Amino acid sequence: MKNHLHTLKGAVVLALGLAAASATAQAGGEQYFPLQSYRVGPYAAGGTGFFGGFIDYLQYVNLKEGGVNGVKLTWSECETEYVVEKGVECYERLKKGLNGAPAAATNPLSVGIAYATLERSTADKLPLITINHGRTDSTDGSVFPYVFPLQLNPYSEVSAIINYIGQKSGGLSKLKGKKIAVLYHGSPYGKETNPILELLSKKYGFQLVSLEVPHPGNEQQSQWLTIRQQKPDWVILRGWGVMNPVALKTAQKTGYPADHIIGNIWSNSEEDAAPAGAAAKGFISITTHPSGTQFPVLQGIKKTVLDAGKGNLADAKRFGTVYYNLGVVNGILNVEAVRLAQARFGKKPLTGEQVRWGFEHLHFDDKRLKEVGALGLLQPLQLSCADHEGGGAVRFQQWDGQQWKVISPWVQADRKLLRPIIEDSSHKYAKEKGITPRDCSKES
Amino acid sequence: MFYQESGQFSTRYRQDGRALRLWQQRAALWALLLLAFGLLPVIGNDYWFSAILIPFLVLSLAGLGLNLLTGYAGQLSLGSAAFMAVGAFASYKLQFLLPGLPLLLSFVAGGVVAAAVGVVFGLPSLRIKGFYLLVSTLAAQFFVEWLLTKFAWFSNGNESGVITAPPLLVAGHDFGSPAGRYLLTLSVVLPLFVLAANLVRSSLGRNWMAVRDMDTAAAVIGIPILRTKLLAFAISSFILGVAGSLWAFTYLGTVEPHGFDLSRSFQVLFIIILGGMGSILGNFLGAAFIVLLPIVLSILSGSLLSGVLPAGQLENLQKIIFGVLIILFLIKEPDGLARLWQGWRARARLWPLRF
Repeated sequence: MKNHLHTLKGAVVLALGLAAASATAQAGGEQYFPLQSYRVGPYAAGGTGFFGGFIDYLQYVNLKEGGVNGVKLTWSECETEYVVEKGVECYERLKKGLNGAPAAATNPLSVGIAYATLERSTADKLPLITINHGRTDSTDGSVFPYVFPLQLNPYSEVSAIINYIGQKSGGLSKLKGKKIAVLYHGSPYGKETNPILELLSKKYGFQLVSLEVPHPGNEQQSQWLTIRQQKPDWVILRGWGVMNPVALKTAQKTGYPADHIIGNIWSNSEEDAAPAGAAAKGFISITTHPSGTQFPVLQGIKKTVLDAGKGNLADAKRFGTVYYNLGVVNGILNVEAVRLAQARFGKKPLTGEQVRWGFEHLHFDDKRLKEVGALGLLQPLQLSCADHEGGGAVRFQQWDGQQWKVISPWVQADRKLLRPIIEDSSHKYAKEKGITPRDCSKES
Repeated sequence: MFYQESGQFSTRYRQDGRALRLWQQRAALWALLLLAFGLLPVIGNDYWFSAILIPFLVLSLAGLGLNLLTGYAGQLSLGSAAFMAVGAFASYKLQFLLPGLPLLLSFVAGGVVAAAVGVVFGLPSLRIKGFYLLVSTLAAQFFVEWLLTKFAWFSNGNESGVITAPPLLVAGHDFGSPAGRYLLTLSVVLPLFVLAANLVRSSLGRNWMAVRDMDTAAAVIGIPILRTKLLAFAISSFILGVAGSLWAFTYLGTVEPHGFDLSRSFQVLFIIILGGMGSILGNFLGAAFIVLLPIVLSILSGSLLSGVLPAGQLENLQKIIFGVLIILFLIKEPDGLARLWQGWRARARLWPLRF
């Protein structure tokens, strides 16, 4: 009996020791990413692709380089189903970090959740990354210090599309007298850019036809009949989910050519074009990152992560698709911010406040893009205290019936024109909330 | 043994009219209040306030609103979320139309506007009943959501229809922190519950129940049907409107019309079905069930099963478990959680003796 007790005691001591050792090992060197992912529900296609790419990139950094400067990356998921309340619950659950590893930034990939956690993450000093979407006026970092609509905000999106149409017509001056229709999703997201399109139509003298498609968008007969009567030169498709393939199919039925329809950033994936079948052939859309697997970073992920059986995607065929690559791009930006912040604050797990400094100093030129193996995948980007978007450029791609083909170099948005509008809005917000904007000239 | 009513007599008329007749009940209530106001704000953390307690309180209040209408007055409604939306957007808009309007007053004003809208959509209840009334309240649900999305005026010119909360200042105090938002929510929810608990025992409450059980008979004994039904709609919508304002201001801090869609109405309806129709306590129990169970399931599956199953399947599994639990529960106790509670209470009176 005594012997038994002894063994038991030994085992307990051993277990405690191991637990303590593992706890300190984790707390010593990990940086945590809370993932508010969505893998079920109506938007699962976007969620699984995006978070699959993001997780695979973090895994890749861990396996290839042993983390960022020896600080391992760790993450855990919480399902939001794209529902705002669930997203808030997940945010609150995960924001404290994991086993002592501090959280670096939150990436909800949902406009609604981003809006609901915007003030919380500012109060908690945790960067909120809304890549390619989010609140446009959060581009003004002096009012929104912790919010980053990286690469492309909604205003830049439409401005770049109009610039492209201008190029195609032989100069912006040729837009005068042209007719452009915009078919938008009847939701906050869909309506966000209407004032900017009106402004641009006044500036360049083109005629704007705005047509709303009620959610979810599986009935568009009357809208496309209007388009047939009005005969616009271009149709901008500002869709979401099922609305996109239905738009393409109805366009074909009413005889509108697919190669004069330009899809926006949430109408640009394989999942948007492929279900429309032959009707999608020739469809143009914008993208901040081409699909494809030829980039060195994706090849690296394939070799190190996927081939080792550690990939996150349930369907391996989706490797290199638009949503997946957006996840990879998001991973590159997050990891780079951690890397930059480490250069300033030391090679250890960092707080959200320190990582924010890294985001504000993100700088990708061609040289750096080459180093991370993402030249052509990611646009040249420079952020600052005042500018939390950084890029504002898109490329255009065309669906050939099977896959996307990139058909243009980077087309820049007219960010000078948009900046005063963004500042008007952000200052209005600051006044409502009683925020004193930071003085960006004093930030280092 | 501890929960006995023997020896407790009412010696005055006022005592006889008390909501809680036994000292044990009153002591338990005071202990709960002490816990909610005194202890929880000290020991709670951000997660408990923001993700559990505040939504639990707000949904309890929404459940109460619908319970007065459906559980007590017998009028079926699927428009709860619409009245919540009216409350939220009205308090937001009034804050801008009348600068300097105190926050608490704007909650009340939001409730009053919601009550007015509720009366309008309650008018058909005079002619139609049951499922047909359900359809007409469904119209309220779709109409309000459409209206708020269509006209940017309601969201103060915000083209995308999103409203954000004003600073939560009451008499100079900032209630913006998680604990502050919890206390603010609690201080708004509690008086309304006290009011409702007394209301359902008043003559109006008894009229409601008479109308619910058989409105022809109620009319015969001289209860004014028109007034009774419309008051039910007005008071129910008032409470839902306040709940909507709290949802937007103290819980999420921002809301879009789509946040008050049909699934929110169903959620409120499930709260009162699970909690117990025609019960005040049932609203708390139902809301706790709806708020807590998915979170518990998600945390459990995250810690026990992660790595065993792919993340997506894990989520679907949780939904299945949640659905099965609801079905099992409704088979076992169709009258809701409040009925179970009553059963336990009856046993407690005899404990340690058996029935």
